[in-house]
Amino acid sequence: MRLSSALSTKIRSCLSANSRILLWIPALIFLLSTFFFPLSKILALTFNFSTLTDLDNLLIARNSLLFTFYQAILSTLLTFVLGLPSAVLFSKFNFPGKSLLRALTAVPFMLPTVVVAAAFNSLLGERGLLATTFDLRLSTFDLQPSIFNFLLILAAHTFYNTSIVIRIVGNAISRLDPKLEASARSLGADTFHVWKDVIFPILRPSLLAAALLVFMFDFTSFGVILLLGGSQFATLEVEIYIRALQLPNLNLAALLSVIQLMFTLIFSILYSRTINQVQTQTAPRFSTARPPKTIQEKLFVTTLCLLLSAFFLLPLLSLPIRSLTRLEADRGQRDQVQYGFTADYYEELFINRRGSLFYVPPVQAALNSLGFAVITVILSLALGYPAAYALAKPTRLEKILDPFLMLPLGASAVMMGLGFILSFGRLIASPFFIPIAHTLIALPFVIRTLQPALASIPERLRQVASTLGASPFRVWQTVDLPILSRATLSAATFAFTVSLGEFGATLLITRPEYPTIPIAISRFLSQPGGLNYGQAMAMATVLMLLTTLSILLIEKLRFNNAGEL
Amino acid sequence: MLELRNVVKSYEGKPLLTDISFTVAEGETVCLLGASGSGKSTILRMIAGLDFPERGAILLNNLDLAGTPPHLRDFGLVFQDYGLFPHLNVFDNIAFGLRMKSIKHKGHEVHKGEIDRRVYELLEQVNLVGFDSRKVTDLSGGEQQRVALARALAPSPRLLMFDEPLGALDRSLKEDLLNEIRGILHKTKIPAIYVTHDQEEAFTIADRILVLHEGTIIRDAAPSEIWRDPQFAAVAKLLGIGNIIEAEMILENKVKTVFGTFNLNCVKNAGEKLQLLIQQPPSLSGERRGGEVIEQIQLTVEDILFKQDQFQVKARGAVLSESKGGLVIHMKEAPKVGDVITVQVQVKCLS
Repeated sequence: MRLSSALSTKIRSCLSANSRILLWIPALIFLLSTFFFPLSKILALTFNFSTLTDLDNLLIARNSLLFTFYQAILSTLLTFVLGLPSAVLFSKFNFPGKSLLRALTAVPFMLPTVVVAAAFNSLLGERGLLATTFDLRLSTFDLQPSIFNFLLILAAHTFYNTSIVIRIVGNAISRLDPKLEASARSLGADTFHVWKDVIFPILRPSLLAAALLVFMFDFTSFGVILLLGGSQFATLEVEIYIRALQLPNLNLAALLSVIQLMFTLIFSILYSRTINQVQTQTAPRFSTARPPKTIQEKLFVTTLCLLLSAFFLLPLLSLPIRSLTRLEADRGQRDQVQYGFTADYYEELFINRRGSLFYVPPVQAALNSLGFAVITVILSLALGYPAAYALAKPTRLEKILDPFLMLPLGASAVMMGLGFILSFGRLIASPFFIPIAHTLIALPFVIRTLQPALASIPERLRQVASTLGASPFRVWQTVDLPILSRATLSAATFAFTVSLGEFGATLLITRPEYPTIPIAISRFLSQPGGLNYGQAMAMATVLMLLTTLSILLIEKLRFNNAGEL
Repeated sequence: MLELRNVVKSYEGKPLLTDISFTVAEGETVCLLGASGSGKSTILRMIAGLDFPERGAILLNNLDLAGTPPHLRDFGLVFQDYGLFPHLNVFDNIAFGLRMKSIKHKGHEVHKGEIDRRVYELLEQVNLVGFDSRKVTDLSGGEQQRVALARALAPSPRLLMFDEPLGALDRSLKEDLLNEIRGILHKTKIPAIYVTHDQEEAFTIADRILVLHEGTIIRDAAPSEIWRDPQFAAVAKLLGIGNIIEAEMILENKVKTVFGTFNLNCVKNAGEKLQLLIQQPPSLSGERRGGEVIEQIQLTVEDILFKQDQFQVKARGAVLSESKGGLVIHMKEAPKVGDVITVQVQVKCLS
């Protein structure tokens, strides 16, 4: 009797282990076919004799690696120049509008690269607001266009990543116990030694973690560099794109991808190590932020607030303004400059002109984008839900499998696009590969959003509910559903936003018949003429609004810290 | 000798300390007692040089400290939540002050061997031998406070300041550590200011108790003296001395209370309200001052609590049965609830 019950327990546990594997299968098969198989193609192409012995290839790889490092280091430095004082501002001082300003600095982080590129272009570009209304052009500053574009790239990177420094370093500063400084001073440390021996060593892990994360984002930046700089700024990413499509040399593209992946993985490992050190520090007891008191403090707070507002607001405002303004002569009427508000650029989006960039009216791009985004949401939820469910209470095997699910995070979008080209050849002419690529990018985020919610549903709550007389369905309805629906909606919005703004992978695998919004924007931007430029602005404005709405939705639905990676 | 002379300080526009004057002599331990928010910690911060008085002066051996930055004052600080450097281990925390001293006095550097010797000496003094390479974040609260104590002692400060050092610890640990601090202070003869709101701590450790109330020091005396004669209702309340009752002056020499009318001259006008202190008289009654009297009162027993070798009895006045508020007295024999008992009490005027 006892033996048979033990046996049946064993059988049951075997069965459940087998059925648990079923939870993994969809995500695993998807990743094997869309990530690991393409990755193997890239690796095979890289590690062959002809790729590694081609001196020209190695030289180009070396140069683009050096340039990638160069621009990433400069961008990181510039980000810290703005980010460190801002971290001090937000952690040490209270002032009116603080939370609003803080939210403003965090907005760019979720914006698609094409929107940020278009926003900077609308403000500072050749046809931008400053150039057309105040005649502030390159010639005014006597700057080479290439140097000007490079500065634009650095500014856009700073725009993107300042919030990382504010968050990581600012949190560390506000966690600093003021008693540490008091202790150090009373023990004989002057200001220099207080900083050198106490404050800096305690902040060091946070500074390092922020620097690594910012550097990693700058290192893998693609859309901003291509759209603001053009292909003369050959970072690894841009070079992969060029060698995959414009000057085909797939061996070189593969080699560059592998170099890129290697460095990203190294930085990720370093980052996760340092961020662990940050988290072991003592938790905050109380906020030490206070209103500025001395004249220097007031000056610091006021100046920085103005600077931050200008830096973050101007590009975001100038984009919609520029999309509604006519500031230059129509074609063929050079002398008759017409100023004023216009909805032309928006109207033009619905017209299919002969000789237009596409075979379809531009608004079709928006419809395509929405369609792809919906498919991405469905796919990534269908794949992510079972995997997140298994990960909520993982077995040992599943803990090992977890990093594999997250590995696509380390690969750049351009690299994924390249992998698709290498693996599926002509098949990618089918529009279905676009949402598949988007799902690949969104899946880790979706799993990381769902997993904590699924893990957080307390068993005790279910037990209490059933002892209070709730039927199993009622238990599910009152306990599970509210938590899950929030997390699901949040994950879905995340996938939707990622798909809507995705640029790198889409650019490599898209066909002219199926443009998405970001692709259309980039094409409009690369074409001459005020009308094309205006349409780029109009589409970018639409995309910005859609994304902002999604961000607000995610923020509202955010489940604890779910989705933070 | 440390001296505070008419120190004034406000907090966010409101006066916090209106007039603070006191001294701390060589080898003396002074307890600064006050309710939370009364400005005790601010006094310590000003002495340490981390905050500045708006008026008045802080002097050490008759030299004004106003121009001396905190790191040149040689004063040790011990906080309630320790303030240990989380990035340094136990050894390096204790050695911090010694290393800073070495940097300050070029030419008279403290040698590494000497730092080691001093740190191990202190580890022994605070009973933490073998803890030198431990992370401070892994220590218990009591151990962390020992490290903080050793760290403050290491550079042989001219003055030690304790800001509610035992507030975060549980009772038994508190007593142990309090006795250790007392022992160390006696041995090293370092003058100390000990801030607390716990009367037990204050009575255990202080040579002298200062009571801070509404911005000034209202009482400055030895513990036994304060216990015998708290003088102020605020002092008696803070230190948990006796019972405080409401009273009214009815004639020049008579006060009326719910326990009866006493012949007592409290330097108040007739009709004025005041507070009285009711204590059980000490077995050996010392000399009596004006403004204090021994009386017999009748009480109705309401509750009895067994306390070690005696009974703590809660009772209310038997004369006016509807009277508000009772007294707590101690008795050798337990009465019954509802008994009317007659007790001898000492009644003092409070201001």
